[in-house]
Amino acid sequence: MSAERHTVSTLKRHPLDVRIAHWVAAVSFILLGLSGFALFFPGFFFITALFGGGETTRFLHPWIGLALVLSYLVLFVRFFSACLWKKEDTTWVLRAPDVLAGREENLPEFGKFIAGQKMYFWGMALLFVVLLVSGVIIWQAYFGSLTPIAVQRLAALTHSIFAVLAILGFIIHVHMVTWEPGTLRAMISGTVTGGWAWKHHRKWLREIVAGKN
Amino acid sequence: MANFEFVLPPPPTRNATPSYGEQDLVRRSASSVPPPARKLTEVSKLIDVSKCIGCKACQAACLEWNDERIPVGENDGSYTIPPDLTPNMFTVMRFTEWVNPETQDLEWLIRKDGCMHCEDPGCLTACPSPGAIVQYSNGIVDFDHDKCIGCGYCVDGCPFNIPRISQVDHKAYKCTLCSDRVAVGQGPACAKACPTHAIVFGTKEEMKQHAEGRITDLKSRGFANAGLYDPPGVKGTHVMYVLPHADQPALYAGLPRDPKISPLVYVWKSAAKRYASLAAMAAVVVAMVVHQVAAGPNRNTDEDEEKARQLIEGRDK
Repeated sequence: MSAERHTVSTLKRHPLDVRIAHWVAAVSFILLGLSGFALFFPGFFFITALFGGGETTRFLHPWIGLALVLSYLVLFVRFFSACLWKKEDTTWVLRAPDVLAGREENLPEFGKFIAGQKMYFWGMALLFVVLLVSGVIIWQAYFGSLTPIAVQRLAALTHSIFAVLAILGFIIHVHMVTWEPGTLRAMISGTVTGGWAWKHHRKWLREIVAGKN
Repeated sequence: MANFEFVLPPPPTRNATPSYGEQDLVRRSASSVPPPARKLTEVSKLIDVSKCIGCKACQAACLEWNDERIPVGENDGSYTIPPDLTPNMFTVMRFTEWVNPETQDLEWLIRKDGCMHCEDPGCLTACPSPGAIVQYSNGIVDFDHDKCIGCGYCVDGCPFNIPRISQVDHKAYKCTLCSDRVAVGQGPACAKACPTHAIVFGTKEEMKQHAEGRITDLKSRGFANAGLYDPPGVKGTHVMYVLPHADQPALYAGLPRDPKISPLVYVWKSAAKRYASLAAMAAVVVAMVVHQVAAGPNRNTDEDEEKARQLIEGRDK
């Protein structure tokens, strides 16, 4: 580790490619949520006006979905090894009340990501695979005649349910930014403060200091 | 002559005013309609399979009236041409050669396929675009192409595999039961063109009565299982068949025995699922707000910064 890269007030956490991929994924997700809402809830059909009408909404939604999948693929590759499950992650799950209360003194030290982030990472990866496959099946313009209608019905139902699950995860993910001040800048400037790392990801901080990161 | 009743009236030559319209809708996709002030008489097309000679005049009339053209196709060994419904060809005569095991007779079963105008339309149930699919109180299910967004959900909703999505304008097409002709007192173009009156059109009651006579006639000629195809699974249809072998509808190019809207479509489109989804999202938002207020923010302290400084600077020394 060189002092130019990491300082106490600006620990490097996310490099530029990760941040770009994250925000492409985030914007895509929000656009997908809005257009999906419009096609899922008759009462929200008016949202299609935001995309230029019902037809363009129908046209854009799958392409935005591909943008999400591709950007998430970058995140998947870059975060994969840091998101492998460790022994302390099981402890995190078992001590959920301490986690929710923010009593980190009762918890073991965590690496770059805590168990909640890892579950979000793997959960979203799983949801996106299902959403991608089911979405391609019901992508009428290109794949409408490739599968039997019974399969398309199942895909449409699956797509809508998994989309709702993804939105639930997304809400929790966004909440964590407001709950842990200092987190958002990790995805904007790419840095965090030493104190933030000490409190939330002490093992990661120790790894940086030891020159492993 | 009983076999030639329901001859359609000559077309009006001037000032044809549609006899029904928006005010007669009983269902409208992804939206609701006020209950109509009047109830139109339910209409129906009746297709007597036993009288069909396979001339395809109905297909020609359909193309003509709807101003559609289909490319010259290739013979794939069947008289069914084109081999399937297309976005331009709303009706297809499906030819089946079947040896009746009881009589050893070769029977040529010809079924005119197309939209059945279900009383409980799966396409309309599945459609996400308000008003793109409508049902009039006379039973006609019609697509409004200005409102169609081309998603193909109607294809998934239909228990008869009827709607086709155009690759040109990406909109769904199917038989309209010539709703524009019916609105000015005419029957469907196919019924007008049918030389043997295998296709007749009238009120649903008239058509059921007419079918009774036809079924009696068929039974007297050895078709013991002749019957009317008006499937209750979709609450009846406004296109009905007289089938010589009504006990085996699948003989007629896979006509479903008990068509109904798929349970998957019902769950997918159920209000319960929509409300459950909204409730789940709202619950998570509320839980996060409560968590924020009760336990947050989880801020790191100056002490944490100092500990980190010691750790980092300790390493630098």
